[in-house]
Amino acid sequence: MSEDLNKTAQSQQAASATPAAKPAAPAAAKPAAARPATPAAPAKPAVNEMKPKQVEAAKLHDELKRLHDQEGMDFLLSLTGVDREDDGLAVVYQLENTTTLKQAILECVVTDRENPLVPSAADLWNIACTYEREVYDFYGIKFTGHPDMRRLFMREDWVGYPFRKDDETEKNNPLRMTNEPLSDTTTEYVLTEDGKVEAVEHAIFQEDDYVINIGPQHPSTHGVLHFRVALEGERIRKIDPVLGYIHRGVEKISEKMTYPQTLALTDRLDYLGAMQNRHALCMCIEQAMGVEVSDRVQVIRTIMDELQRIDSHILFFSCLCQDLGATTAFLYGFRDREKILDIFEETCGGRLILNYNTIGGVMADIHPNFVKRVKEFIPYMRKNIQEYHDIFTGNVIFQNRSKGVGVLSKEQVISFGCTGGTGRASGWHNDLRKLRPYAAYDRVQFNEVTRTEGDSFARYMIRLDEILESLHIIEQLIDNIPEGNFREKMKPIIKLPVGQFYSEVEGSRGRFGVYIESKGDKSPYRLHYRSTGLPLVAVMDTACKDNMIADLITIGGTVDYVVPDIDR
Amino acid sequence: MFNFTTITNWLHSFLTTTCGFAEWGAILTESVLVALVIITLYAVFAIALIYMERKVCAFFQCRLGPMRVGKWGLLQVFSDVFKMLTKEIISMRQTDQFLHNLAPFLVVMASMITFACLPWNQGAHIIDFNVGVFFFLAISSIGVVGILLAGWSSNNKFSLIGAMRSGAQIISYELSIGLTMLAMICLTGTMSFSEICNDQYVNGWNIVRGHVPAVIAFIIYLVAGNAECNRGPFDLPECESELTAGYHTEYSGMHFGYYYLAEYLNLFICAGMASTIFLGGWAPLQIAGLDGFNAVMAFIPGAVWFVGKAFFVVFLLMWLRWTFPRLRIDQILSLEWKYLIPFTMVNLVLMALCVAMGWTF
Repeated sequence: MSEDLNKTAQSQQAASATPAAKPAAPAAAKPAAARPATPAAPAKPAVNEMKPKQVEAAKLHDELKRLHDQEGMDFLLSLTGVDREDDGLAVVYQLENTTTLKQAILECVVTDRENPLVPSAADLWNIACTYEREVYDFYGIKFTGHPDMRRLFMREDWVGYPFRKDDETEKNNPLRMTNEPLSDTTTEYVLTEDGKVEAVEHAIFQEDDYVINIGPQHPSTHGVLHFRVALEGERIRKIDPVLGYIHRGVEKISEKMTYPQTLALTDRLDYLGAMQNRHALCMCIEQAMGVEVSDRVQVIRTIMDELQRIDSHILFFSCLCQDLGATTAFLYGFRDREKILDIFEETCGGRLILNYNTIGGVMADIHPNFVKRVKEFIPYMRKNIQEYHDIFTGNVIFQNRSKGVGVLSKEQVISFGCTGGTGRASGWHNDLRKLRPYAAYDRVQFNEVTRTEGDSFARYMIRLDEILESLHIIEQLIDNIPEGNFREKMKPIIKLPVGQFYSEVEGSRGRFGVYIESKGDKSPYRLHYRSTGLPLVAVMDTACKDNMIADLITIGGTVDYVVPDIDR
Repeated sequence: MFNFTTITNWLHSFLTTTCGFAEWGAILTESVLVALVIITLYAVFAIALIYMERKVCAFFQCRLGPMRVGKWGLLQVFSDVFKMLTKEIISMRQTDQFLHNLAPFLVVMASMITFACLPWNQGAHIIDFNVGVFFFLAISSIGVVGILLAGWSSNNKFSLIGAMRSGAQIISYELSIGLTMLAMICLTGTMSFSEICNDQYVNGWNIVRGHVPAVIAFIIYLVAGNAECNRGPFDLPECESELTAGYHTEYSGMHFGYYYLAEYLNLFICAGMASTIFLGGWAPLQIAGLDGFNAVMAFIPGAVWFVGKAFFVVFLLMWLRWTFPRLRIDQILSLEWKYLIPFTMVNLVLMALCVAMGWTF
């Protein structure tokens, strides 16, 4: 990495000229180097660079347990597998203490590619159970002591581990003409005292369980999601989510793409958080390169993110109403969502797939009508929220069906990593816009909406209240969008410095993070998205247990997952 | 008031004297004619109701509803029916073929026979005898057998759960319907539909005569009737968002069409019964003292009154359906067993007291 010292003074000056735009990463105190049109090597380490602490596999569990028990790292933010080729396979743990917001980043590298073994953290964080299955699926790393070591996304008869750099995926996996097998048993790898590994079989369902399949083609799963539900009468005993029906391997595809190309795929993750997803990726790349975007861009991005959030929450309302049988309220929501999509269409050209953010700014300046339209929309939406409350919130049937249904405690949502509205409904203050303000969130007044009940009704109310907060944020920004470039001039080929980078934004349904590992090339060596939806699906079993089938629909609707974001 | 017996008597004498039919032959011919009329009316009403539902629902939802096929989409339902008639009936592997094919006919049969119980006009009662109300309740229960068989024979878990829910729900709510009807029989003193209507023609509508207990009975009847039709907030057996389509998931073509038809006709029958028992059936609106007004009202044929009242109740039920979210199965059952049944029982006693003490109009 070549140091470019003579420009440091200039970049610091530029950074201090725009003090408001604080980056999101932990090292937020250091100003980022702002050097438009001179990317590649930053003078200072990037603000979002991660410096993981290396831990041996043998000591990993003890270290994780120490961090969990003694340092209060109760939130497993992300767990990422990386194939370092000759250096072995790595697992990166990102932990956070939810009260002090202190973070710890651990990395464990195993060199044995044939039989890589890492101790499981499933006993410390519930969500580790799902994340480790993902890593096992993609990299073949077996987590010893994990009670359910099945593939998460790929078919059960898949050969090889597709995210490994040396995997011959297409050769090993020709188009299969057989139905996908679904096993009723799962394997646990137990490390015996003499260092050997034993495979222990567990049954997923009991003998007398009446198992029905909710999905993959089902009106209430909001996409191709499959729940195997064990019932006792109408009561749910266990839910086993089967994922991967629309797994496209976005992360793997991105490894073959240049950075600007990877942007196109983010809108296709959580299509109701298209703006925020792309914002996160752009921000991660910009921070890693040390590019400072203009104030105008920061404000536009903030407004767009909030519009997207309103769009998402309106759709949440609509779909929940539809799922509970109130089809009229469903169309009320869609009527209002059209207005936002029209606003998007004028500026971005798209309605769902927006392709708006880009590295160094946004694709195009806002449309001349944008400000007027948004200002018309704010009072319109405020009025219509009242209509939603009149037709649906106050309805006695809805209240009976949602209050006290699917209660999640604060400990549970943290352990499952359920960020966003689902976490806030249980009293977990996890709004990244407040915790570590990014873009223009530090210059606006708004409340972080939280509730303590943790039931379906609280999750519903959080979203409706957040619409009002988002309107309030937009209202403060819309009249004073600063002048400036809507896009910084970037080099034609964008390269990131060597290192690991992580940036995140508050997506429509939680903290959406982007992990980039770079070898200094024009494409990422490893790109991982912290899915906002995966924890929400993982928590379904806990939330639905001993509730009825009808409650599964209510709970699924209120935790608000979006399937393409889960499957990636 | 137009009396339909003039037409039936004329037809009978036409067949026996002019055509020289024997008495049994004349009755046989008349029965066939009546059956044809009923089946035609059944289809016509189904089409009218489906069109009405689509338009009513659309206006509740800030939409226009069908607009493309014909003026204001008037031909939409006809084309849908045509489509349904031409669709293939798919038989599933490993289903109980006999029961699977029988089930829709049971449902549609129950609905047709109850349809024939409705008093259309003075003198236009097709099935009418002294225990008409009992007969109606008994026949309407056959439909639930069809639904249970459909769920059982489909070899589909969703269908089975839907059918079981339906069974539990319909059997429960039949109690409320029976008890509210009983309260009104208390008032009229007869179980024959023709006499119930005649009585209301002479003495005024039951909902006015029976005042408080009658109004309570009417409201409970609407709730329970809605549940009987598997509609509105009570559409659990087929609730789309949980059980895809409930008991008729595996049906296609006209077999599905029968369920669809029966659903709408049951809605009309439920509304028709409400108008017969509470709103005077074919009896016109009469206000004591306003002779001119009464004469004008009496000039309108009874059939128009009856259908008009029935469609008014249908509108009420559609309004409910398109406003409320769906209940959960335990809530449905506790609503019935913990609230509606005690209420109807108390109401029955209240009605009996009113009648015994002569506190009726």
